[in-house]
Amino acid sequence: MDQALTEVNMTADAPVGEVVEASTTELVTQCHELYESPSLGALIKTGGEDTVYGVVAEVATRSLDPGRRPVAMGARESDVEAIYSSNPQLGRLLSTEFRSVIVGHMADGCLNRYVAPLPPKIHDMVYPCHEGEAREFSGSLHFLPLLLSAQVGSPDDVAAAFLRGVSRSHVDSRAFLVDAGRELASLLGGDIHRLNGILRRLSHD
Amino acid sequence: MTEPDIFGTPERLGMVVAGSLTDGVEVRLYGGASIEDVKVGTFVTLQGDRARFFGVVTDVSLRATDQALVSMPPDVSDPYIASVVSGTAAYGVIKVEPMLIQDIEGPMPSKTVPSHFATVSPASEEDIALVFGAEGERNFWIGSPLDMESKLCLNIQSLVERSNGVFGKSGTGKTFLTRLLLIGILQSNSAVNLVFDMHGEYGWEGSAEGHRKVKGLKQLFSSKVAVFSLDEESSKRRGLTPDYVVRIGFDEVEPEDIEILCGILDLSSVAADAAYSLERHYGRRKWLGEFLNLEGRESLFDLADAISVNGNALARLHNRLSRLKRFGFMDEKGHSSVDRILEYLDRGMHVVLEFGRYGSNLAAYILVANLLTRRIYARYMERKERASGDPSIEPRPLVITIEEAHKYLTSDIASHTIFGTIAREMRKYNVTLMLVDQRPGDIDEEVMSQLGTRITCLLDSEKDVTSVLAGAPGGRKLRSVLSRLESKQQALVFGHAVPMPVVIETRTYGTPESYRELGWKDAVELKAQMERDAADLFGSGEA
Repeated sequence: MDQALTEVNMTADAPVGEVVEASTTELVTQCHELYESPSLGALIKTGGEDTVYGVVAEVATRSLDPGRRPVAMGARESDVEAIYSSNPQLGRLLSTEFRSVIVGHMADGCLNRYVAPLPPKIHDMVYPCHEGEAREFSGSLHFLPLLLSAQVGSPDDVAAAFLRGVSRSHVDSRAFLVDAGRELASLLGGDIHRLNGILRRLSHD
Repeated sequence: MTEPDIFGTPERLGMVVAGSLTDGVEVRLYGGASIEDVKVGTFVTLQGDRARFFGVVTDVSLRATDQALVSMPPDVSDPYIASVVSGTAAYGVIKVEPMLIQDIEGPMPSKTVPSHFATVSPASEEDIALVFGAEGERNFWIGSPLDMESKLCLNIQSLVERSNGVFGKSGTGKTFLTRLLLIGILQSNSAVNLVFDMHGEYGWEGSAEGHRKVKGLKQLFSSKVAVFSLDEESSKRRGLTPDYVVRIGFDEVEPEDIEILCGILDLSSVAADAAYSLERHYGRRKWLGEFLNLEGRESLFDLADAISVNGNALARLHNRLSRLKRFGFMDEKGHSSVDRILEYLDRGMHVVLEFGRYGSNLAAYILVANLLTRRIYARYMERKERASGDPSIEPRPLVITIEEAHKYLTSDIASHTIFGTIAREMRKYNVTLMLVDQRPGDIDEEVMSQLGTRITCLLDSEKDVTSVLAGAPGGRKLRSVLSRLESKQQALVFGHAVPMPVVIETRTYGTPESYRELGWKDAVELKAQMERDAADLFGSGEA
């Protein structure tokens, strides 16, 4: 278990959205602003009593009302910006949501890199983690199996995006990626094709 | 991040992951340890939960966690992928034979294996000293372990207690090793040497690569070594005066001495047996002289009738034995060379018998070596029995060095020869053998099995390798070690004089520094030493 992340860091940033669906393994956040979602692989945290950490695994923007499909509106507009400015209601009809895989939580002031005993509450605020937190969280990669086995569209892309992202927070990002690659190799030793795929994604950074 | 251990350090090679006592343990190399740096024969330590083991690397292999990696290798042209995959999905495994376990009383033969995940490291200098002992009177520095500088020692006392073998293809450094062993024995005072020096390599000087000459025992230890010669002319040609010129009389030859020559002289057993009939007919000391003086086929056939042996066989024996007349060191009358050799040996002198030009004549070598050894051995037996356990009057332990043993210690005649007897009886009569040979596969199995310590340079014939390793603990696994030795200055040592098999780089011999390390002093040093000794003895001039 690692040192607790500082209290100040947890609340310094503005929330990106709220939890609208939660289980012990994943949570869905609806963004406060359309298209203002953290990118795939980003580390996020909830702002409730017990902080839960997640990695963004899927981002989607769709109609708020599942029965009302958006229709094409740009026939007389020059570009997409023009459509939004002439139809300000779109911001209320559409919403951006992202699904995160839960990879850790705080308990009694300690950071645990495994799923939380209880999911966060609905409407818990969700914050992006800044560099220092990402570096601290990725100090150990024991949670990688949670990412690799996540029931999302492409867990390998999520893992690769996460590792690429957090590597920038490390002083020697290359060394971090090599160590991370070795961790992946020991996890995916029996599936060399999958390992190769992730490594190729990592090496292009 | 993963534990730093997994990536290894220069001090840690890997961890035990599987294995058994009979097959040795498998060690998975840490990612940071390159398999290319691990050689078979390397001495390693295995730190288990409670005990420390010492072992030898016997095999090195490459493994992959997924067989797909073998058929579809990852893109290693990408340095990132290469550095990640090597040591993890594709990794090295070494096979280690645990030989010893660290006990309170010191290293003991291992009867178990280290537990799972025991850490394996290359042996340190302290480990070498702990296992093989530090250099001293009893421990002779013979070389260093592979890729190490530390001194690896042989226990000379244990070495001379049993017969030994130095094996290796020609040109692999047998002679250098033997010379070092002889020096070790000489310096330890644990035995005296009698060397049947076929090619004149041990006495005054020997040859090294590129026609370079290296000092022999006499040059290094002149007061302790006597050079005897069978061929005075050859010694004189080299400007040397032998301490004694050995001559052998026909009256000293016994039928047993002829029996060992059967193969070399192409004699049938009937012909060899005829020698015994001749001895009965003419008497013990006269038979050969009288027999060789016979001339003409008729007289031979008359004799054959008289002693009831086959005439043709006798004629053949006569024909073959007539060759002995051509040996310049043989004449009618005895010269008690044996007494002279024994006299030197009793004084603690080491005797090197140089064969000069007769070195290339195998019949001469075998005849003389066998004849002298038989008599010396008989004397030793007699004295040892007379001493009946009183160590103060026991004869000094004697090590007889013989070369080309495969030509007369073959399984069909080994049992008849004195060398076979000595090898079998071991130290019973304080005489042991040092066999120096290139074809151990042809040496009698029983003789080989009795060798206490075997020091073997590179051998590539299957038969030779099998024969040398027969009976060695873990012999099957040492096979790969033995066949991978370098062709120069490397040897595998195992048996009585070392606690565990080990590959050594033979110590350098032939440079002024190497002579000095062996205790040799050049003229200036010697003079200074003499002056110091004189001052100690008589007081300095001013006093």
